[in-house]
Amino acid sequence: MSLLELHGICKSFGAIQALTDVSLEVEPGEVVGLMGDNGAGKSTLVKIVAGNFPPTSGTSAVDGRPVEFHRPVDARSIGIEVVYQELALADNLTAAANVFLGRELRRRFGPFGFLDHRAMNRRASALFAELKSETRAGDLVRQMSGGQRQAVAIARTRLAQARLILMDEPTAAISVRQVAEVLDLIRRLRDSGIAIILISHRMPDVFAVADRVVVLRRGRKVADKPVASSSPEEVTGLITGALEAA
Amino acid sequence: MTTEFSNVRQRPWYLHPHLNSQALYVFAALVILVAAISVVSSAFLTTGNLLNISKNFAYIGIASLGVTLVIITAGIDLSVGSVMALTAIVTSLLFRATAEWPTAAVPGLTLAICVTAGLALAAFVGTVNGLLIARLGLSPFVTTLGTLSICRGLGYVITEGRGVIVTGPDVSIFYAITDGTLLGIPTPLLFLLALAVWMGVFLHQTAWGRYVFAIGGNERAASLTGVPVERVKVSIYVASSLMAGFAGILMAGWLGSVPANLAFGYELRIIAAAVIGGANLSGGAGGPAGAVIGAALIEVIRNGLVLSRVSAYWQDTLVGLIIILAVLVDRLRERRAS
Repeated sequence: MSLLELHGICKSFGAIQALTDVSLEVEPGEVVGLMGDNGAGKSTLVKIVAGNFPPTSGTSAVDGRPVEFHRPVDARSIGIEVVYQELALADNLTAAANVFLGRELRRRFGPFGFLDHRAMNRRASALFAELKSETRAGDLVRQMSGGQRQAVAIARTRLAQARLILMDEPTAAISVRQVAEVLDLIRRLRDSGIAIILISHRMPDVFAVADRVVVLRRGRKVADKPVASSSPEEVTGLITGALEAA
Repeated sequence: MTTEFSNVRQRPWYLHPHLNSQALYVFAALVILVAAISVVSSAFLTTGNLLNISKNFAYIGIASLGVTLVIITAGIDLSVGSVMALTAIVTSLLFRATAEWPTAAVPGLTLAICVTAGLALAAFVGTVNGLLIARLGLSPFVTTLGTLSICRGLGYVITEGRGVIVTGPDVSIFYAITDGTLLGIPTPLLFLLALAVWMGVFLHQTAWGRYVFAIGGNERAASLTGVPVERVKVSIYVASSLMAGFAGILMAGWLGSVPANLAFGYELRIIAAAVIGGANLSGGAGGPAGAVIGAALIEVIRNGLVLSRVSAYWQDTLVGLIIILAVLVDRLRERRAS
């Protein structure tokens, strides 16, 4: 049974048809590369899955059970997390503080709840160790490399025990060495059974980690096939419209 | 590499650096300044003068604590000086208005009613500021510039420009609390220290305090991760107004009467104290120790100039220089850290 099943998803904003009849299935432990040109509908699709807004028509199911998301919390509560392009980290806080932002661990003293710094740091360190990232829980995010920031953002989703992680351009604007680090992170998440939808413009990254590649063009799904039976040339053609469909 | 002083760091609570480095730098400047002035003027280090200084900067310091909270969220509150005045005016007028009430028979009850009402008014102003800024997305600068003018204007309207003498059934209790001493320490200073400690605990040991820093660091990130950004911001503007109002009430006790132009122009000194102490107007940094030390530094300069027989007209010029110097030090320190 598929972890996530989208069927016939359409989304229009006024006169603009952003998505037309998109269906998609994601299995546990599967990495799906979602590709398409700017305005192809990738972000809209991600926002529907993440619960930012509901589709105009179409159905979604998780574990075969129909679901309807109206707010991000709805998606989060059944294990769908998003790692945003701009990472959504507060620079002036430590890695641990960012991992736990919005769900701080507290110790209670009567009616008051005080932050349990030690427990949060310990748990965050454990998550970073799990991700084999050289990120220290007590370091300020401001002083971190792009790869370490990704690790912090991903650790957040691990904390939530995510089952499906949507990653929006995780390898944009970071160095080559850091890209390798992030791709490793994605593989480790996959190995622990987490499904990932990877939105990327970078062909080599998608072909390096994805099991399947899905191409959107002008709001329609034009391809959905195993990476092994496709090629960067074919995908480029599909994105630009040189190839009608595959 | 770990930074020596950061806003949120794992440490046992008693080693927690509420003194961020800027506060430490300014503290060092304060110590040097105190040493220099005491050489110039033998009157400076007398108990009487030190008590005088500590009382004077307590009012600015308390209001500065509130403004620091606002500045950490990348906001600004210009209305604090006017809120000090309006709260003090309303509280003193209520003292007189309630003198004939049966509640006057119970010692302290009139005081409690009037102070609560005054602070409720301050909280109302803060709520208006907060809702306009957090919910409607108005600029903090313009919004609080508006409430600055509204509150100051209302103060003049209510008093018709005249001063209000503090008098009423509980006036002796009022003076004991606002202008007394405990173990030889002026009560305004004690209030300042108590509020500063409370604020340190709030900022660094509670989730709400962490949200204040998170909003200042990256508001979008905070809201994406489920931080109740709007409620935190409103609460911060309410806290700022409450602290300003409380400082105004303390000033009423100190002066014995409230002139309609009480605390006129204080917002600049209050914000200067916060900034000198390391609150960053672009958000994400600042703390109670900085606000207290910044306020102390400004007052020591003022007092020192008077004792050194320098023309009082130089005070503002020097305070301005100190502000720019403090921001420069802050910038250099940041550059070295990164």
